[in-house]
Amino acid sequence: MENKPSTNEDPQSSGPPPEAAQTPPPQPAPPPGPLRPKPSRAALREALLKAVGHSDQQSVEQQINRRTFIAFATWFTLGAAAWKSWFLIKDAAQSDGVQTPLRKALNVDDKIFKHAFSNDHLVKTFPKSAAARNVRYNSGIGLITNSTDTANWKLAVTTADNRTFNISIDDLRQLPKSELVFEFKCIEGWSQISWWGGVKFSDFVQQYGLQKETALDYVGLSTPDDKYYVGIDTPSALHPQTLLCYEMNGQPLPIRHGAPLRLIIPVKYGVKNLKCVGKMFFSNDRPRDYWFERGYDYYCGL
Amino acid sequence: MKKIVPKHPLAIRWMHWINFPVLAVMIWSGLLIYWANDVYKLHLGHTVIFGFFPESFYKKLHLSFRLAEGMAFHFVFMWVFFLNGLIYVLYTLVSGEWRYLFPDRHSFKEAWLVLLHDLHLRKTAPPQLKYNGAQKIAYTAIIVMGLGSVLTGLAIYKPAQFHWLTTLFGGYGNARVIHFILTLGYCIFFVIHVVQVILAGWNNFRAMVAGFDIVNDPPASAIIGPTLIAPSPASIPGPAPVSTNDKTPTDGK
Repeated sequence: MENKPSTNEDPQSSGPPPEAAQTPPPQPAPPPGPLRPKPSRAALREALLKAVGHSDQQSVEQQINRRTFIAFATWFTLGAAAWKSWFLIKDAAQSDGVQTPLRKALNVDDKIFKHAFSNDHLVKTFPKSAAARNVRYNSGIGLITNSTDTANWKLAVTTADNRTFNISIDDLRQLPKSELVFEFKCIEGWSQISWWGGVKFSDFVQQYGLQKETALDYVGLSTPDDKYYVGIDTPSALHPQTLLCYEMNGQPLPIRHGAPLRLIIPVKYGVKNLKCVGKMFFSNDRPRDYWFERGYDYYCGL
Repeated sequence: MKKIVPKHPLAIRWMHWINFPVLAVMIWSGLLIYWANDVYKLHLGHTVIFGFFPESFYKKLHLSFRLAEGMAFHFVFMWVFFLNGLIYVLYTLVSGEWRYLFPDRHSFKEAWLVLLHDLHLRKTAPPQLKYNGAQKIAYTAIIVMGLGSVLTGLAIYKPAQFHWLTTLFGGYGNARVIHFILTLGYCIFFVIHVVQVILAGWNNFRAMVAGFDIVNDPPASAIIGPTLIAPSPASIPGPAPVSTNDKTPTDGK
């Protein structure tokens, strides 16, 4: 064996076979480091292009196969991840009657759409002749069912300093009366034009000097027996079309529709339009809410 | 000779495939909501032809008594549906892809010829670029429908705050009907779309996943992609150099 290493640059060389090139000539000991020579940038690039099926050294067929494989592998992986995430949401632990991730997102929705709210946005009103004679009845939770109890009814209002005072229906009838004919909307999806009369919530607040109370974020309302209860953000309660309502179709409120006093709040679904209001309080925390606890969003704003 | 030609940009493929499960969730959760007031019926005179939906349908798909869950899913996934659609529209506008998608004055006649061809009433399909006339109309219509769903949805969701929008759609009840009909439209679109994709074959489907198409002749490359605009010295004067071969792999759906 010669001492001179053969090189590929000498094609005429009749020397040893190419393997001889691997036999290094006697040399000083190599510096410590990687045993294999570092691949050049170009070689790396070529390997990468081959891996993704974009190398010119590959046949068209090879490129097609490689790219198809990568694309479909990605597609199936992402599909599987989506499928898995779906069950993470669907089978997540519940918070107030609905999957926790959805509950969190619903709370964000509430925050976003509260910005769209304005006292200047009034719901459309209709002539009294357009109002339904047969007003739809959906639920009677917590209603007073006999007229004696209706006669003895009083609204108990708890103030910010935790005092409670009572208001009779005759007291409320003394206040300026407002009437509203609007399209009542149920969370189930139906709607009906109906005619209501009572005192504007904002007038009621004015007359009873509840400004300190309405500086708080929420109004809590419940039936006298606490079986049905709602929480309403104060801006919606003070909306100019919100009524403490004691008349329907020009007549005193029937028992099935919440005698003697109900809430009519056109900027909310029916579920917030509490029938037979017995108690009222104010709070910066969300008052408990019957349908919120059963998975609906808290705001329910229209 | 086989050649790999880019067909669908990555962004469009992403948005297409994101939309598929998201729209499925929207339709499913929409059914959970609709169940609570399922009053729509198809009438012919005074005869009810079909009531949406038969009890067995709800039962089979477990859709009953799930209004709250339906609303929760609907009002969360609506954001994904809306943002994905918005980004898609912006992307097609900025990238120039809209040129392949938006129908022009020839598209309606072309769509008719495509229909005749698909129904085997005509031998050849009209020449086309990335999409034929029927596809252009369908893929633009589906975007308009998506916009319709978002707007009618908002009109039902916040009818007091966006009362002008609710009025625009003819009131609360009407907006709900339009919202429902658009959903039926998606279902019909889906069925036709899937059938067409199956008929168009593997190459066409792969293009929606991997992004590229395979063409056999060098001139065919001129019919896809922006190269169309750049005239080649060999190009014949006259109309755009499109292939008239209805067997071309770009005859995709």
